[in-house]
Amino acid sequence: MNTLRALFRHRRALFGFATLMVFALVALVGPWLVGDPAAQVARPLSPPSWSHWLGTTGQGQDVLAQTVAGARTSLVIGFTVGLAQVTIGALVGTTAAYVGGLFDDACTLVINVFLIMPGLPLMVIVAAYLPTGSVTIALVLVATGWAWSARVIRAQALSLRDKDFVLAARIGGERPLRIVAFEIVPNMTSLLTSAFIGATIYAIGAEVALEFLGLGDVSHVTWGTNLYWASNDSALLTGAWWTFVPTGACVALVGFALAMINTAIDEVGNPRLRAEPAYDAALARAGLRPGLSTPVLRREVR
Amino acid sequence: MTYLLRRLVFYLLAAWASVTLAFVIPRLMPGDPEATMFARFHGKLDPEAMTALRRTFGFSDEPMWRQYLDYLGHVATGDLGTSVSYFPARVGDVIATGMIWTLFLAGLAVVLSYALGTLAGILAAWRRGRWLDAVGPPLLVLLGAFPFFWLAMLLLFLFGYTLGWTPVRHAHDSQVSPGWTLGFAWSVISHAALPAITIVVATAGSWMLDMRNTMIGILGEDYITMAHAKGLAPRRVMFRYAARNALLPSVTSFGMALGFVLSGSLLTEIVFSYPGQGYLLIQAVRSLDYPLIQGLFLTITLAVLAANFLVDVVYVWLDPRARSRGAP
Repeated sequence: MNTLRALFRHRRALFGFATLMVFALVALVGPWLVGDPAAQVARPLSPPSWSHWLGTTGQGQDVLAQTVAGARTSLVIGFTVGLAQVTIGALVGTTAAYVGGLFDDACTLVINVFLIMPGLPLMVIVAAYLPTGSVTIALVLVATGWAWSARVIRAQALSLRDKDFVLAARIGGERPLRIVAFEIVPNMTSLLTSAFIGATIYAIGAEVALEFLGLGDVSHVTWGTNLYWASNDSALLTGAWWTFVPTGACVALVGFALAMINTAIDEVGNPRLRAEPAYDAALARAGLRPGLSTPVLRREVR
Repeated sequence: MTYLLRRLVFYLLAAWASVTLAFVIPRLMPGDPEATMFARFHGKLDPEAMTALRRTFGFSDEPMWRQYLDYLGHVATGDLGTSVSYFPARVGDVIATGMIWTLFLAGLAVVLSYALGTLAGILAAWRRGRWLDAVGPPLLVLLGAFPFFWLAMLLLFLFGYTLGWTPVRHAHDSQVSPGWTLGFAWSVISHAALPAITIVVATAGSWMLDMRNTMIGILGEDYITMAHAKGLAPRRVMFRYAARNALLPSVTSFGMALGFVLSGSLLTEIVFSYPGQGYLLIQAVRSLDYPLIQGLFLTITLAVLAANFLVDVVYVWLDPRARSRGAP
């Protein structure tokens, strides 16, 4: 609970949460307010005006409506994929670390093989054979991205496995499943959260990229297909910046907000990083140059 | 040496896994993969050539393991089949023409961005809390949050179309004939500039953060204090003592990140109509050219594996500990 409270006092975390809340709200109620994103409402490629705040696409659809409707699908896909990746990563990572031995070696090998393969070509080859649609995209993203979480989670679980309280539980005769679920996983919440956020950032970016390539269902409105249509309707050639700028800015803003929350979690979980600004200020007050050393804490600096 | 040997075995395993994935994926898909894969060839190939093409991907009436061996044999001899969209060119030849441009563009951009990002990371850690450290990381994180290809679109729109400073498509002017001439070199460089800048802008941030964080850890080490105490010049301590040691872990993450950066540079190529692997990839996707998709997947993956092995060799060369202990 302390961690949560600290997180809410953190400036960057607050910015991240606020931005995400705005996007969540837009994704939740926005589509009802802006009307049908697929309807042709005005002359194609008309620039932003009072009746259409962000102009229209090459098909004469309202860009604002498309961006808002895209937020819903893209965010849902992003967060679902992030959650699925971390779940699989946690399952594989903790089991591999806990069981150890040959099983761990095999898991590590598989994880490393998946890590080293370049993501985009692998996603393209899988997506090309599957029927197009959002479910396909989500499946492809989970299948190609889970190894990142598995790797960090395994490393953390490995270091927890030999801690005294885990050994105590093992000697106490607890079942392996219980030890993993109640002793190891609860001690990784901050890592799991940051892995989840990282996976979500990756998923949103990769989803947009795949759909930009035309591998999604192009009749669906998502951030990725918006960019696909913008490039298909030669937005650049005709100077229609409004067809691709809003969507890209939204993707970046969501990614940035998530990244900010991630660094904030890092700082809140790491007292050294948290104390640094206060420590530097104290150094400066004493007439010393800040920034050359890292604080060693006897008590928490406030 | 044992370390490199172990890595080599790992990369061979990874290569085998990706070749096998390319064999398995079409067969796992719903429906008739064979029909989907070769539908586009109907009316283009005579029956005999068709059978030959099927065999390249292992499709025959023989049992699965025979099909697999058949396919492995074709891949091992570099036979990747015939392309639909570039009919009747062989997939191998089509990919070879794109490979040069991708190696040039992605290679140039990755090296530039790694060098710039690392240098910025060293300086940011050295002068912690000063302006570079305060402004650099958050700004670069923000830039890194934009989709690669969207940054490409934005830069192309601003500098290519609106300001007209740079060419907007292709790798060189079609009027300049390829050759070792100044005119051609200039044409190539001016066409590569904006895509390369896009990749540098999008990726330099992660190198910088990486390097900065490792550097900060190393600056707290005793041998740095010792170097200061000996009265060495700060610049010497910064580069010879701190940065040199901080580089090691960043070399490893360089290898890990290659695949990601390459994926981004493929997308950048698409935006700039740059005739590399990425451009071929979208041609292949648009025309459902399955042989070409498979061929691209294999060559790009194998190239990344080879690049990673090179990084390992460099690592061993940089770190004497890896040489003697046989482990990183």
